[in-house]
Amino acid sequence: MKNIFRFLKPYRVGVIIVFVLVALRAVLDLLLPTLLNDMISKGLGISSTSVEPSIRMIWFIASIMIAVILISIIVTIVSGYLESKIAAGFALDLRKAVYQKIEQFSMREMDHFTTSSLITRTTNDIQQLQSYLNMLLRMIILQPILAIGAIAFSIAQQPTLSLVLTASVIALLIMLGIIFALTIPKFQIMQKLVDRLNLVTRENLSGLRVVRAYNTQEYQAQRIDEAALESKKLNIFVNRITGLMWPIMNLIMGATGIILAYLAAKYFIKFDGSPSFEPGELFALIQYAMRTIMSFMFLTMIFIMIPRARVSAIRIMEVLDMDVEIEDPIDPVPLLEKMKGEITFENVTFIYPNANAPVLSNISFTVKAGKTTAIIGSTGSGKSTLINLIPRFYEITEGSIAIDGIDIKTIAQNDLYSLLGYVPQKGILFSGTIRENILFSDSEDQSDENMIKAAEIAQAKNFIESLDDKYDYHIAQGGANVSGGQRQRFSIARAIAKNPLIYLFDDSFSALDYETDRNLRRMLNRHVTATKIIVAQRINTIRNADQIIVLDHGKMVGIGTHDELMNTCGVYQEIAKSQLSKEELA
Amino acid sequence: MTDKQKNTSQRTQRNVPFGGGPRGMNYLEKSRDFKGTMKKLGAYLKPFYIQIIASAFFAVAASLLTVLGPWLLGLITSEISNAFIGTRPIGTIHLIGSLNFSLGTLALITIGVHFLGAFFNYIQAFLLIGMTQSLTYSMRRDLSSKLNKLPLKFYDDQSFGDVLGRVTNDVETINGTLTQSLSEIFRAVALLTFVITMMFILSPILAGVVLFMTLLSFLVARQFVKLSQGYFRKQAYSYGELNGHIEETYSGHSVVKVFNHQAKSFTEFDRINNDLYQSSVKSQFISGIMFPVQFFIGNLSYILVAAIGALLYLSDNPLITIQVGIILTFIQYTRQVNQPIQSIGNIANVLQSTAAASERIFELLGADEETAEREDLKTIANVKGHVVFKDVHFGYNKDVKVIKGFNAEIKPGQKVAIVGPTGAGKTTLVNLLMRFYEIDSGSIKIDGVDIRDMKRADLRSLFGMVLQDTWLFEGTIFENISYGSTNRQRDEVVAAAKSAQTHYFIEALPGTYDFILNENGTNISQGQRQLITISRAMLADRPMLILDEATSSVDTRTEFLIQEAMQRLMQDRTSFVIAHRLSTIKDADVIFVINEGNIVEQGNHEGLLKQNGFYSKLYYSQFEGN
Repeated sequence: MKNIFRFLKPYRVGVIIVFVLVALRAVLDLLLPTLLNDMISKGLGISSTSVEPSIRMIWFIASIMIAVILISIIVTIVSGYLESKIAAGFALDLRKAVYQKIEQFSMREMDHFTTSSLITRTTNDIQQLQSYLNMLLRMIILQPILAIGAIAFSIAQQPTLSLVLTASVIALLIMLGIIFALTIPKFQIMQKLVDRLNLVTRENLSGLRVVRAYNTQEYQAQRIDEAALESKKLNIFVNRITGLMWPIMNLIMGATGIILAYLAAKYFIKFDGSPSFEPGELFALIQYAMRTIMSFMFLTMIFIMIPRARVSAIRIMEVLDMDVEIEDPIDPVPLLEKMKGEITFENVTFIYPNANAPVLSNISFTVKAGKTTAIIGSTGSGKSTLINLIPRFYEITEGSIAIDGIDIKTIAQNDLYSLLGYVPQKGILFSGTIRENILFSDSEDQSDENMIKAAEIAQAKNFIESLDDKYDYHIAQGGANVSGGQRQRFSIARAIAKNPLIYLFDDSFSALDYETDRNLRRMLNRHVTATKIIVAQRINTIRNADQIIVLDHGKMVGIGTHDELMNTCGVYQEIAKSQLSKEELA
Repeated sequence: MTDKQKNTSQRTQRNVPFGGGPRGMNYLEKSRDFKGTMKKLGAYLKPFYIQIIASAFFAVAASLLTVLGPWLLGLITSEISNAFIGTRPIGTIHLIGSLNFSLGTLALITIGVHFLGAFFNYIQAFLLIGMTQSLTYSMRRDLSSKLNKLPLKFYDDQSFGDVLGRVTNDVETINGTLTQSLSEIFRAVALLTFVITMMFILSPILAGVVLFMTLLSFLVARQFVKLSQGYFRKQAYSYGELNGHIEETYSGHSVVKVFNHQAKSFTEFDRINNDLYQSSVKSQFISGIMFPVQFFIGNLSYILVAAIGALLYLSDNPLITIQVGIILTFIQYTRQVNQPIQSIGNIANVLQSTAAASERIFELLGADEETAEREDLKTIANVKGHVVFKDVHFGYNKDVKVIKGFNAEIKPGQKVAIVGPTGAGKTTLVNLLMRFYEIDSGSIKIDGVDIRDMKRADLRSLFGMVLQDTWLFEGTIFENISYGSTNRQRDEVVAAAKSAQTHYFIEALPGTYDFILNENGTNISQGQRQLITISRAMLADRPMLILDEATSSVDTRTEFLIQEAMQRLMQDRTSFVIAHRLSTIKDADVIFVINEGNIVEQGNHEGLLKQNGFYSKLYYSQFEGN
């Protein structure tokens, strides 16, 4: 997890410069109380060595002080700029690395993290790190130097009195220690409560009708109340305790000043004209003491920041360090000049990681080029999984899948994709124009004719041309501004526009009403000669396929045409019977 | 608009470009009506007025004491210096009037002053914290109960994410900012007043110097804030873009891969990433150096105070001369003056956030609720389930009438099948029956009573409802099934589950009825979720039924079970079924045929076929394509 620092490597020169500048600034800041001391003893003549007050001296020292702070501010501005650049550059690089890494992920890795977690890691976590880095770059040098420097300067003024300072710092640290010990364990619980409040609210919002239908408003109110009440109590506790920090710190600072002055007067300053600890030095000492206390305060803040930053860093490194299951082979086999599109499954078995039973076992079949094969079976029979294995979304556990005799594991992934037109179960669209969505692939034919033809086959043309902007109509993120059925049709058009060798339809027709389903399939049959693999629920969708594969609990229990299966396959008969007597009208 | 677009969406869409991403730090969100919102907030705070006043009192007292501290220290150090120069022992220190103290006593008094000041400071925060948390608590309760009082029409125009944000994020914002703002305001204003007064009493000249520098600092800070706003807005916008792009690309990962779209996606990502970098550098830089620059001005002030203070000390003019210790005092006052000014600047920003968040919350709290129930409402004693639609007109919008003059009569126990193509508006009838929406004209009567003459709760309790979107919540299976039915025993729940063909799979789960479902019940299958909602309706045992038969994503065996369960549910009950099965439709006593929101035909199966109209076309289309 400390590996995240390798992203700072390109900036190491900048980082070193920042450290030097910050150290310089710290030292400059520390000079001021000493210069003040000089002004008082030499300028005002308050010194045991008989010195006359000198206005010239006052202005002289004042100008040195001004010079010091001018250099300090320039240094600060320069280092501030560098800090921002470094932190932003770090975030930029990190984001890019994470994005590219996730791009390579196969579905196993996506499932492992979940999409929403990946989104958070790419955005929130990196942003957090950037802020922390910005602050830490500065503080990690500044505060320790200020603290140590202030202590050193204090001791330089008067070593024995500086012991008072030690006592103050210890008191401060004890106080902070108690506060943190009491409150930090509560943070996780507080976060969980916030999550719970969100959860209950989300549930209520998604079930508005149900709540009203069942008149459970009271119940819902109670659910929120429990979490809200506990949150209130916890927040009060934590905030009231952390609220002690600044008042106590101010008290310690104030008391330290007074105690120093008193002790100095009583024991260290001689009032008989002999050389001794001087008032000017006392002034400086008091200021250094206060400076020290403040620095220790900030130091503890840093220590709070670090674990938090670490949490984000770990989350990001988990993504970067993840082993990608599916990679291109070192020497990929090139595709044939003329691919035909014949797919062969040989003894394919697939088990999800951490599962006991295989989702698919011993699946063997061949899909001839240009033919349509359908896959049917009950939920959990493995149909979707089967079709997801062809683009190598998941790696099969045993057996092999080959296209035109070439094992798909030996082909470069991009080459494999170029053969496939994939239409997922839920229509997924992207923000952009309809044109951009249909011409989504990187295939060579990006022409409008291609696009319109695809839209026509997919039964989407009429709808598109009824819009004012037609193909330039803007689709919102996730396709939210069109209906489910329309999203499905665009997804299908997208696959058609790619003109692939093999189509993979993962239950893509279920969101369509019966008539559209029928028309679409008719158009597909007429215009598309590629190999088609269709996963479906409706017997009527696949009735005319050249070959139907029946799955039951991950095993092939039947393969043949509709008529053949009606005569030979028990499971198929069951499905057909139950469906043909309850066909869908709507 | 299709049914789907009317339903409450589960997408966490935000329409604002920077609504989807993490807010850039210090991004200033402006409220639209600052004064109005603050007034409303003030009214909401009414029950806490005493606490607020007490807190203000303690803040003022604490500030006074805070200001006295440096002065007392100054007196002590002055006496030390004077004694040192005059080579005499330390004498009593003169305070004011005839108050004189020895060094030791004064030291103790000063410590006491510091202590009391810290204590009062703490008390005022203590009070405000309690207040803010109570406020947040009431807001949460009010908001969550409001959600269930708002008419469904309200939600049509809102995005799910937006409403969710108001109830959760915005309340959190207020939670975080309110204590801070109130606390700072009192302290800052009081402190500033006392410090300035004290400074002028001690030395008008030095006070002038300090004030001048402070004003300078303030103006500089304001410039910085203005300058940074533009960059922060850009940064927030870039974050929104980033978030949107990433959400899409990750959710559509498989599609992006298979269509070899990665290069294009990456190009877009790169552009956004670089935009973000640019705006990030600028905004972080500017906000990062604002404090150092103010610190610089503070240091300058420190030097001027030292130099000019020194000069004044040396001056013979009794009007302007000062004690040497007062230099130290003024140095501390410089810090004490800068702090509140910085605070006040900060508060202005924070208040804007508080106002923006409050505004959104009040918008929600102030939205019109479902019309209040009248006094003279009727109930139905023995519900038979005789439903009459008379000349019903309805439209979701004023301009588009969806149901135009619909008439129908359903006798008790009859089964009504509602059919039509996807997106035709089948749920509209459900919405009207349950008074989720009110009809525009005409009437719907149940057993002779107009549904508008009934309490909504009573009307809704007449119907058992099973929808296509199964709704389950985080809780045990027992809780999910008994949701909406009060005080049911275990055996009643089990009986309902058995009836609904659900018991058997529950028994196979670890914990059986105590098995905890997670949000939306995603830890069981879709078919099982459906069965649980049917059990719920079974248990609720209402006189009439509204059912949506769509079970497209469920396997045959489970579908068979569901069908059985639904059949049992429908026995002897007037049922309105959004039908997907031929058997249901053929069996129905009445069929409502819906197209484009309108009920275009009604009758029974044979009668409709004879009519050779829309229904007949729909029905026969299933046989073609063979």
